[in-house]
Amino acid sequence: MSRVSPHHDSPASPRRHVASTAQRQRAAYRRRQTTRSVLVAAASTAVLGTLLVVAVTGAPGWDRVRRSFLDPQIARDALPDVLAGLWLNVRLLACCAVGALLLGLLIALLRTLRGPVFFPVRALAAGYTYTFRGLPLIIVLYVLTLGVPGLRLQGMPPVLVLGGLALVLTYGGYLAEVFRAGIESIHPSQLAAARSLGLTYRQTMRHVVLPQAVRRVAPPLLNDVVALQKDVGLVSLAGPIDAVRAAQIATAQTFNYTPYILAGVLFVLLAIPLIAVTDWVTLRSARRQSGG
Amino acid sequence: MPVLTCRGLRKEFGGQVVLDGLDLTVEDHQVVALIGASGSGKSTLLRCVNLLEELDDGTIELDGVEISDPRVDPDRVRRRIGMVFQSYNLFPHLSVLDNVTLAPRRVHRRERAEAEAQARELLDRVGLGGKADAYPDRLSGGQQQRVAIVRALANSPRLMLLDEVTSALDPELVGEVLAMIRDLKSAGMTMVLATHEMGFAREVADRVCFLDAGRVVEAGPPAQVLGEPTHPRTRQFLKRIIDAGRL
Repeated sequence: MSRVSPHHDSPASPRRHVASTAQRQRAAYRRRQTTRSVLVAAASTAVLGTLLVVAVTGAPGWDRVRRSFLDPQIARDALPDVLAGLWLNVRLLACCAVGALLLGLLIALLRTLRGPVFFPVRALAAGYTYTFRGLPLIIVLYVLTLGVPGLRLQGMPPVLVLGGLALVLTYGGYLAEVFRAGIESIHPSQLAAARSLGLTYRQTMRHVVLPQAVRRVAPPLLNDVVALQKDVGLVSLAGPIDAVRAAQIATAQTFNYTPYILAGVLFVLLAIPLIAVTDWVTLRSARRQSGG
Repeated sequence: MPVLTCRGLRKEFGGQVVLDGLDLTVEDHQVVALIGASGSGKSTLLRCVNLLEELDDGTIELDGVEISDPRVDPDRVRRRIGMVFQSYNLFPHLSVLDNVTLAPRRVHRRERAEAEAQARELLDRVGLGGKADAYPDRLSGGQQQRVAIVRALANSPRLMLLDEVTSALDPELVGEVLAMIRDLKSAGMTMVLATHEMGFAREVADRVCFLDAGRVVEAGPPAQVLGEPTHPRTRQFLKRIIDAGRL
């Protein structure tokens, strides 16, 4: 390698940038600061962790609590039943999430219709979101799973389907509002551009507004699905045995609360992938919006 | 027969009169430039012609057929009129190619392959062939606006409405968009353009209309309206433009 003296350096040749003294000092300072921050974080975490462990395990009742909440043998014995219950949760979640998303989208679209002809449709859709967002889920569940079969109509679906319907109705109300917020967040100039091309209102919604709106509200939609995941277990109030109900039965047999802890851990494990997807979608949409 | 005839157009927004008995005629292959201060009604006029706004009075005829009649399907009218906006309004979730083919495929029900071939040819012609698969946020303002013009052209419109299409652009990007409009003119496209580019209006327009308070105050060949204006409002407006160094 021959060294080129600065005087003969042509501006066209790409020159390696050599950091100035000031820049090197700044970089060194920032490195020291980073090292310090990491050390401080590690130390404070260790201190807090130790304190917590000492406080819990040193508590006067720790041995009794450990025996009644964290018994490994009881957890092993209860696992098959709790897992069987969890399988019901998973299946119900899959069906209810799809149902509630579709219902929510439909209601949101109905609420955006303009014109006097659609007034009753709009009013019904608005009434629905008001009612089912205000009504406690447990009451909807009781009405649908205990009240409706009481009518003794022909071809009554099983209790599990009615319970799922209660979940879909309740969560559909929340999701409808999320979808509506997304639709209304699309700038009117996008509608003007689409309509000026000759697209009809429906085509504009389908090809221009909804694809953008759904992308924008994907994080809050998924957030509601995570919440739904915990609430699907409430169908056990009407009979079907979900993970929490299975844990309750096991607890009643052994007078030990470990099955509840087991069910709780399984729920968290189930939620982690969904939450991770939500975070990833949120991050991606934030990047897309900032990258102009 | 004129392509576009507007008679006595009136439009109010919440009691404020924006168009106040406006008359305008555009002949075939003619380029009409609308000039005037912000709020003089240029954009509102273009939006009314494209039926994006509902008229409060007056009539609009396209090729001799009244389109301001409420029994006329606005979607059928709009597919014959191309509109380009100041803020480009490309669809950010669609690639350049999909932006251009959306209307041909959904409105005119063309096959995807046919629509894409036509779109690629149009994009090639304006030097954007390499950007067909890019998304709008990867393009410069000038490129985005040229795509928006191509998107409107893909409908083979009878009339193009250009609403201050260079106002949001950096000065060095204005030229490429104006060059494209110049090409459209030489291809015989009938256009109405609202603009603040007086030099360009003088060069490309067959007729210049000066709008003030929702009326056409003065209209004529560019040399006359911009060179020897007769109406005091036109003189006042042009003097301000010249003082600002824009002419």
